[in-house]
Amino acid sequence: MSFLSLEELRVRFSDAAVVGPVSLGIERGEILALLGPSGSGKTTLLRMLAGFETPDGGRVRVDGEDVTGVPPATRRFGMVFQHYALFPHLDVGGNVAFGLPPAAGRDAQVAEALGLVDLAGFERRKVQELSGGQQQRVALARALAPHPRVLLLDEPLSNLDPSLRERTRRELREVIGRVGITTVFVTHEQEEAFDLGDRVAVLAAGRLEQVGTPDAVYDAPASLFVATFVGRANVLRGAEAAAFGGTPGAILVVRPEQLRLTDRGVAGVVRERRFTGAHAYLSVELAGGVRLEVLADPGAAAVGDRVSLAAGRATTFPEDR
Amino acid sequence: MTRRRPLGLLLTLLLAWLALYPLLIVAADAAHVDAIRAFVTRGSEWSALWGSCWISVVSVILAAAIGVPLAFLFEWFDFPGRKLLGSLIALPAVLPPLVGVIAFLFLYGESGFVARAAQYVFGLREAPWRLQGAGGILLVHAYSMYVYFYLFARAGLARLDAATIEAAHALGAGRWRTLTRVVLPLLRPSLAGATLLTFMTALGSFSAPYVFGGGFRVMPTQIVASRLNGEDALAMVETVTLALLALVALALLRRTEGDGALYALGKGAAPRRRVIRSRAARAAAAGAGWVLAAVLLLPHLTLILVSLVPYATWTTEAFPPVLNLDNYRRLLAEPARLEPLVNSLWMAAASTAGAVALALAAGWLVVRRRARLARAIEALVALPWALPGTVFAIALATAFSVSRPLAARWVLVGTAVILPLAYLVRNVPLTGRAILAGYRQLDPALDEAAASLGAGRWASFRRVSLPLLSPAVAAGASLAFVAALGDFVTSIVLYTYDTRPISMEILSSLRLNELGVAAAFGVVLMVVSAVVLAIGVRR
Repeated sequence: MSFLSLEELRVRFSDAAVVGPVSLGIERGEILALLGPSGSGKTTLLRMLAGFETPDGGRVRVDGEDVTGVPPATRRFGMVFQHYALFPHLDVGGNVAFGLPPAAGRDAQVAEALGLVDLAGFERRKVQELSGGQQQRVALARALAPHPRVLLLDEPLSNLDPSLRERTRRELREVIGRVGITTVFVTHEQEEAFDLGDRVAVLAAGRLEQVGTPDAVYDAPASLFVATFVGRANVLRGAEAAAFGGTPGAILVVRPEQLRLTDRGVAGVVRERRFTGAHAYLSVELAGGVRLEVLADPGAAAVGDRVSLAAGRATTFPEDR
Repeated sequence: MTRRRPLGLLLTLLLAWLALYPLLIVAADAAHVDAIRAFVTRGSEWSALWGSCWISVVSVILAAAIGVPLAFLFEWFDFPGRKLLGSLIALPAVLPPLVGVIAFLFLYGESGFVARAAQYVFGLREAPWRLQGAGGILLVHAYSMYVYFYLFARAGLARLDAATIEAAHALGAGRWRTLTRVVLPLLRPSLAGATLLTFMTALGSFSAPYVFGGGFRVMPTQIVASRLNGEDALAMVETVTLALLALVALALLRRTEGDGALYALGKGAAPRRRVIRSRAARAAAAGAGWVLAAVLLLPHLTLILVSLVPYATWTTEAFPPVLNLDNYRRLLAEPARLEPLVNSLWMAAASTAGAVALALAAGWLVVRRRARLARAIEALVALPWALPGTVFAIALATAFSVSRPLAARWVLVGTAVILPLAYLVRNVPLTGRAILAGYRQLDPALDEAAASLGAGRWASFRRVSLPLLSPAVAAGASLAFVAALGDFVTSIVLYTYDTRPISMEILSSLRLNELGVAAAFGVVLMVVSAVVLAIGVRR
């Protein structure tokens, strides 16, 4: 049995807004990314885990204990909020000490938690004086200080400058790894989910579409939604699908890097070229007017060139009903 | 959900019992054919009603005429002494209504300083004027209410985006056109807010009409007079009429406020202050500013001066011949004088504590728990603000003068409870508005963060919400405390000798011609109010 398990968890806000039922198991020490577009229910799911939303049905178990009805205050789940929710009337030390019982040795615990996030000696700083990245680390130290059973992170990097995100992501992964805590975090960015998550759970419209390692989700998407939401994808139907070897009546999904320029293949004309440095994305128009995105070497083709395409690995899905 | 309802229901019932129930009782009692006939047929009733209406309208016009130009002067121009003057200009706000009125009496009244000076200079036998009737009332109103227009208009101007003015200029509009077509329309919500506040304050104003009115009556003084004459049923009809007038005015004025959408576009910086360069203009602006400051400060200084004049030492001289601290000594040494001071302090403190507790409960239920009765709770919290103090005084006096426990009515009139209760009802809108706004600014994620760190509801309230709400609590509490401390309008209807507050003692000192003692009480009220406001309403 998994350390943290969600069993048929569901909540309903209205006919249009239903989340679940979701069943999911998370192993001890595992990092799970909840990935989905906005409105997919990922934050709701996280809030049900934290105890801020009451599910209409289903259970949450941690280490065998049913915590579905346990209020957040006694659930012992640490949470890092999207905008951090640092207490503005307390300094850094006061924030980190908030969840610790008043006892001798509390200062040492605070110092330890701050040391963990590389903010040793920041106790007496005001939270308003910190940079966004530092605030995020204080929020993390505060959540970790009482030694929670599970760490929950709501879009932990969305509030940071793009230039800061990658570094913070690395630091976050390192801290979580060092503590070894079971972690669930919410994101709408595939790169973040892949980089941080041991496994990724993809949500769409309140439903769990696929759970798996990043490689599995990328290479073997379970649904057309996952295929198109996670990573870039060319969706081919009908004649175009057949031209690339698809079976009749099926939809073929080919990633841009799985399309190569060859001498013999499906003919097309390069209509656009987007240069990214190491590579170039070519937009190739086929005879029927369909455009495909192809990842190629920078010098492979120029706009207006006639090219031929061949597909490597592709995924097939049945035609939409 | 099921656990929330009892608390919300309990608070709704409590607020309804305090703020709505007494009004309904008055409304029921007013349905009295003879009294209604008397009200409709007597000319004096109609003239009081008309007086209330036009006094309020003219008060708005006067206050706007003083406050709005001042706001432009202080927000758009820079001149020597601007900052100091800008803070002095709100001084009328620290004068409780009755204190302001007696300060005016000592200053501009027929035996006041100005009249005596005129008598002395021109060698007149009698005072050249009498400060009475509508003129006296309007003078006090203009002095004390222009502050609303000044503060609202300044805040509105500070929010103005300089780019909109520059755009108007770039499109060929001159100064006047820019002012009338761009600036004033953008200020409309601020000016509408000030109009509403001024109109409602003027409509409920009691001290000035009571002291200066003489034969000129407005509804609040008419109601008290009717009660004094023993015409209780008529007083009910008058009370209901005044309440309806206030509600109609509120509904009409609310419509002119418009929506806040006007500000949504303006995110730029406010126009920079223009430094007045011409030497003559600078001197003129500074000179006018200091004259203004003197005019604003004169009532305060007068009050202080009169408080130093011992009993029966000042008769016909232009300036009092003897000045000492006798009156203050009497205030503290004579138990009969000290008592009202103590009464006012404890009653104001108790009512403020109650109003803060109710407002915190309302904020928690309305904003945090989103209780089902949230709208009802918010409306009940705001209701006492919409109605003149006299209306509530009469309503409470009526509701709590009989013992009918089954109808939730007990005899509270004549006990020490009624005045603090009346202050409490009148103060709930003040604390409620501040604390509800404070609650709305609190990020709900902070409560959740506290919960995820192991804090229960009470601990989270005590350790997170309350410290963050403390500026709002301090602001609301200080306004409430000052209002209760200086209250005259409810006190005059509900006080008993044992619980007589300062305002009643000021009134009786005036009647006994002990002007110095009255002024000394006024100074104490003024100083305490100023200190409490300075501590409570910090930015």
